[in-house]
Amino acid sequence: MIRKLLLALVVVLLSLAAGQAASAQGNGPIQPTDDQVNAIAKKLYCPVCPNTPLDVCETKACQDWRAQIRDELASGWTEPQIIDYFVAQYGERVLAEPQRKGFTSLVWLLPVLAVALGIGVTWQVLRSWQRARAPAVSAPTDAPPLSAALLDRIERELRDLD
Amino acid sequence: MLADLGLASLFIAFLLSVYATAAGALAGARHREAWAESARNASLLTFPLLTLSVGALVYALYSLDFTLAYVADVSSQTMSPFLRVTALWGGQQGSLLFWAWLMASFVAAVLLRKWRRNRDLMPYFIATSMLTTTFFIGLVVFISNPFARLWLVPGADELTTAVFQPAQAMLYAAEDGQGLNPLLRHFGMIGHPPTTYLGFTGFVIPFSFAIAALLSGKARDEEWIRTSRSWTLVAWIFLTIGLVLGGRWAYDVLGWGGFWGWDPVENAMLMPWLTGTAFLHSVMITEKRGMLKVWSVALIILTYSLSLFGTFITRTGVIGSVHAFAKTALGPVFFAFIGLTFLGSLSLLLNNLKTLRAEHELESVLSRETAFLLQNTLFVGITFAVFWGTVFPMVSELVTGTKVTVGPPYFRAVTGPLFLALLVLMAIAPLMAWRKQSPRGLLRSLAAPLAASAVISAVWGFSHRMHPASFLALWMVSFGSSAIAFEFWKGIRARMQARGENPLKALATLLQRSHRRYGAMVIHLGVLMVAMGFVGDAYFKQETHATVSAGESVQLGGYELRFNGLRQYAGSDGRAILEASATLAQDGRLIRELRPRRDFFVAQDQPSTVPAVLSTPGEDVYVILVGWDEAAMSWATFKMYINPLINWAWAGGVIMVLGTLIAVWSFGEAEASYRLRPGLVASVVVTKE
Repeated sequence: MIRKLLLALVVVLLSLAAGQAASAQGNGPIQPTDDQVNAIAKKLYCPVCPNTPLDVCETKACQDWRAQIRDELASGWTEPQIIDYFVAQYGERVLAEPQRKGFTSLVWLLPVLAVALGIGVTWQVLRSWQRARAPAVSAPTDAPPLSAALLDRIERELRDLD
Repeated sequence: MLADLGLASLFIAFLLSVYATAAGALAGARHREAWAESARNASLLTFPLLTLSVGALVYALYSLDFTLAYVADVSSQTMSPFLRVTALWGGQQGSLLFWAWLMASFVAAVLLRKWRRNRDLMPYFIATSMLTTTFFIGLVVFISNPFARLWLVPGADELTTAVFQPAQAMLYAAEDGQGLNPLLRHFGMIGHPPTTYLGFTGFVIPFSFAIAALLSGKARDEEWIRTSRSWTLVAWIFLTIGLVLGGRWAYDVLGWGGFWGWDPVENAMLMPWLTGTAFLHSVMITEKRGMLKVWSVALIILTYSLSLFGTFITRTGVIGSVHAFAKTALGPVFFAFIGLTFLGSLSLLLNNLKTLRAEHELESVLSRETAFLLQNTLFVGITFAVFWGTVFPMVSELVTGTKVTVGPPYFRAVTGPLFLALLVLMAIAPLMAWRKQSPRGLLRSLAAPLAASAVISAVWGFSHRMHPASFLALWMVSFGSSAIAFEFWKGIRARMQARGENPLKALATLLQRSHRRYGAMVIHLGVLMVAMGFVGDAYFKQETHATVSAGESVQLGGYELRFNGLRQYAGSDGRAILEASATLAQDGRLIRELRPRRDFFVAQDQPSTVPAVLSTPGEDVYVILVGWDEAAMSWATFKMYINPLINWAWAGGVIMVLGTLIAVWSFGEAEASYRLRPGLVASVVVTKE
């Protein structure tokens, strides 16, 4: 809670500073393009509709949020500032990409661990199979020698088979 | 009247399936022939009864019997007769009935075709498959009944939905129905649910065979594994078609310029597909080498549980909001059933580990066995990542109380590298020998594909350099395709030299004689084409968003879209259409008129975006209308996407179906399949001589 308040405070201060900077330039704010707005909106999720990225959502609420991103860009905010602002306002769930800290980092860690573990186990299994084989290596040596003609035929039939 | 008949036969089907489950279990436990016959007859009879029930509901939808709550929900007078029939799977109640019917038809097909061949397993096969069928028919009868009617109870503000007449209530018939959700009126959404359901329900067959084999102590026999493999292939290909059609629907209807959004519902469908694919490969080791039996059984249990989980997610909407779970009795009942299925079959497997023990031995780590094992590890790893990402929002909310979103960036980052590793493995593994592969031999067969793919990807990547990783992705796709092309060429050349056949005849004989191997190669080729669609989507996609007045243009990647004007008119199906007229030009040359639309379904109060697309093998130009000047109709806002290689994904789906047909089709000849035994290959040929 305190962190959120602090964040909000920082954001407000920054926006004030940015606003002053913009007005100090005197020639008014630069109008950001739709593509610049969407580049940021893509990283956010609509806070009301289920599973819809903000850049493609067509509800009134989402249009307002995109307008807000535009205003913030116009007053000189950077992308991380805007994203932090939305997280402070609406919570972590607006982030399309889950954070890599706290409890949420588990979403990233577990699959990596699982795959590493899986490959480790596979390797062990393969080794144990190979060890199981080891004593019986010399078994087929006493097979009868085959004539060249027969070998040729085997080769041919195997080729046809496959 | 017919609806009453449907309800009655639904109820009888429920009683019969309960009986079949019990009789099958009894026949299995006591080895009673008569009980087995009786269980079979009861199971076979559920199919025509459910057919009657489905027929009655379809007729009610077609003839607009608005006394039924379900019909009033999904059918309407403005809908065409064809759409009214497809409304069978347009809502929950109808979907579940349809699902139960498909499952009963699968069970009936097995009982008719395989009764003698897998006779020992049949009692428990019936018990397992009919237990699941009973569960679904039970859901339809008691929780989500499509034959429930609307009743007007005196003194109540709202209509009551009930199967039987509440006290003093009067039957209510609406003037017109709500009609099918407009977003579902598309060929993809008409074909997607039936194929997906066929895929999901089809997995009940290999699952029931596995459980029957475990229960009857016959799990060591390999006959049931062969039967399971072919039925899994059937389920798998339907699920594949369902995935492709679903992607196509999303691309055409949802209007966000993509085809795969890593939505929970999409993930729910992908997971059983992933483990099913792993099973189709592990079962080959079981078949050829008698190894990995426990693992194959575990995979089929997992696949089936995941398809139940998929149905659970789509039908209860639990991921979208946890609150949907408790809204009806469906969620908790379903959840309990999945838990019981998964844990029950897993403990059964663990109790039978001894009977399944097989001799595992391997000559060299460099062998096809290793490649298959690695493939299985990767597939299960991807499944876990997808599962964990899909359920994590719920986990997080339960544990910390914080709601989080796990969106496409997560799934791309985690599964992307694993999928790319699979593509490389897919190119190499079919060239490797069972038991032992000499490194030099492998390098020799890989030399040509490696050289060809290096040249192709360098040229291709250089002409479209946008992202460094794109070279790698393009290399992988071209490596896989050239490996397959060289394999075909080797086979054809061998036949041409040995038999003097012409190339076409050689190809035909190759596909006929080794249909499993070359069918699989064709499926792999289809997978690579789908992968190309994803590569295009990940690395080469371009988009822009702009508002223009009449006469002005939007520019993107060499294309120029000039906005000419807007017009409004009334369309069919009760929609009001707003259409933009625009001219697409490339490098100053006029190509085509594009008319992106926004359709508004007045009765349902729902808008629908209809993109205008210029589709070519290389890329799609995809334009949607997202905003407009309502007062003077003088300006419009467009979103314009260039989606490279996307048509390859759809074509890849078709090729995968074709490959599966080749693989399962035996052309009436004995299958040229063989098993390897230590040191026996040569002596087998000698005895033939």
